[in-house]
Amino acid sequence: MPTLFDKIWAAHVVDRLEDGTAILYIDRHLVHEVTSPQAFEGLRASGRRLRRPDATIAVADHNVPTVDRSMPIEEPQSRLQIETLERNVAEFGVPYFPLRSREQGIVHIIGPEQGISLPGMTIVCGDSHTSTHGALGALAFGIGTSEVEHVMATQTLLQKPAKNMRIRVEGDLAPGVTAKDVMLAIIGTIGTAGGTGHVIEFAGSAIRGLDMAGRMTICNMSIEAGARAGLVAPDDTTFAYVKGRPFAPKGEAFDRAVEYWRSLHSDPDAVFDTEVDLRAEDIAPLVTWGTSPEDVVAITGIVPDPAAAADEARRAQMQRMLDYMGLSAGQKLAEVPVDAVFIGSCTNGRIEDMRAAAAIARGRHVAPGVRAMVVPGSGLVKQQAEQEGLDRVFLEAGFEWREAGCSMCLGMNPDKLTPGQRCASTSNRNFEGRQGPGGRTHLLSPAMAAAAAVTGRLCDVRELV
Amino acid sequence: MQAFTTLTAVAAPLPEANIDTDKIIPARFLKTIQRSGLGKNAFDAMRYNPDGTEKPDFVLNREPYRHAQILITHENFGCGSSREHAPWALLDFGIRCVIAPSFADIFHNNCFKNGILPIRLPREICDALMEDAAQGANSRLTVDLERQVVVRPDGEEIAFEVDALRRHLLLEGLDDIGQTLQHAPAIERFEQAREAAPWVPSIVL
Repeated sequence: MPTLFDKIWAAHVVDRLEDGTAILYIDRHLVHEVTSPQAFEGLRASGRRLRRPDATIAVADHNVPTVDRSMPIEEPQSRLQIETLERNVAEFGVPYFPLRSREQGIVHIIGPEQGISLPGMTIVCGDSHTSTHGALGALAFGIGTSEVEHVMATQTLLQKPAKNMRIRVEGDLAPGVTAKDVMLAIIGTIGTAGGTGHVIEFAGSAIRGLDMAGRMTICNMSIEAGARAGLVAPDDTTFAYVKGRPFAPKGEAFDRAVEYWRSLHSDPDAVFDTEVDLRAEDIAPLVTWGTSPEDVVAITGIVPDPAAAADEARRAQMQRMLDYMGLSAGQKLAEVPVDAVFIGSCTNGRIEDMRAAAAIARGRHVAPGVRAMVVPGSGLVKQQAEQEGLDRVFLEAGFEWREAGCSMCLGMNPDKLTPGQRCASTSNRNFEGRQGPGGRTHLLSPAMAAAAAVTGRLCDVRELV
Repeated sequence: MQAFTTLTAVAAPLPEANIDTDKIIPARFLKTIQRSGLGKNAFDAMRYNPDGTEKPDFVLNREPYRHAQILITHENFGCGSSREHAPWALLDFGIRCVIAPSFADIFHNNCFKNGILPIRLPREICDALMEDAAQGANSRLTVDLERQVVVRPDGEEIAFEVDALRRHLLLEGLDDIGQTLQHAPAIERFEQAREAAPWVPSIVL
């Protein structure tokens, strides 16, 4: 009667402390430039070794410029962080995808892409969107830098088990409704603290019907629902995705792995601490109106009225959000003009997302005054898109076609909004200042973002197909 | 890590829910390769005008709260990114204890690794403590981790829960890596037993 989470957990408990805390073995440690320098420094200061370089992979993504890679990095602090990573991986023998290699990309895109992230594994990274890898049926979660150091030194973490939550989405998604809309609907339903203390297993026919890219979008934003991790049970879709990837098991080893992976599902009589059910038919293309990912509304809807809030605290909070966002109650979302469009991120930077956006961009043109950028999630996504001619579709339509990285999702590199600019973004967080100080973010799907680019306003993608 | 035993200090009220880690320390300040120096940019957008001058109304810009070591706030504090720069920024500002009805998991975890004590107390108690804190410099709170109580200025004691292992590590100021490495033989046994498993291949470039 164990759940999927229970099974993966049990397979990784090395030892238990007196108070029940588990020492949990970690199969994969993904490392990037922003949250690792202090951890490597800690290892050095204490004279400890990196226990499993062969279970560790490093890449620079958060800070990297997404323009011409043949030029040196202009911003001195970003350059220092990337150079520090390069020094550290050389010193500690960590496998590394260099900035100018085509394998470079956002850490959560390249893990699955390379077959480094596999079903049944425990996967951690000093980044909250590590939950992405849960789409493969791996227990994957973000950690802080002290824990990064702990994993480097011990290949384990001290953990208490999470509570089990299952979110079932049954039925068929309507045309124009994507994985992104499903996840925004889920976060809108349970709230940004709804998953706190839980690992969420996403189940139901609408989830099973998603491709791996869609499942990754869903699991990616588990953290936006407050969850420790998200999971989708591995199935034939998963195995077909994994097969043949560079670091995945090959031949007979792959067959044996699949045999094991098939045991990774919640048993029929498994008990969940919390269950939530959504009907796929009820989900419309969504967009956020506030500064929290839970503040979602259908693109056909209107900006909600703070006066209708349940209590005074929420009313004040909604009013603050509307002031920040430059919106007024009752305004139609589909009439809100945008200044910028960002298509990319670990949420929606995969080839499937590029295709969905290109399908809307094809034969159209970015509206006057709008800056629209497309940032592939990895060098390989970029290469694949170029082989399919998507770069030309975007460029002819007036979009920028850039190099891989986190880019305007969090504005650590030069790709940022200026104060007051409004952006239709396929990223994961619409927090105040997230995409640049004073920037205003509306979260939506790649097709909806492309629709916003070509119409110059938030737009129901169904009008364009 | 600095041990946490008892703290008597000014507490700053910050009555807002869902304060995310981008608010605590925006991403553009994460380009450091050190842990220290982030305090000046803690709550940057709430604390400073775009021209860099202080917003006089923000609580941490007012006396005596400039010297606050305790922060009292509302639900889901620290949601969002896993950046440990958030507790580093709080610590560098001088905050050693955060009291709230609830915390986001990763932030909550990160606090303990840095000698910051996060305390969960019901919303109405947080609101009462905020009223205490609003009385100013003479109205200090005491947080006693040994006895697991918050002592209000009038002497009333409020008990709180804390994980036993984390309490121990905080009281002693211990690094948990050392503790885990005592289990190195068990880790080795685990690794040997799984060596042949085809679903965990080594990464060799």
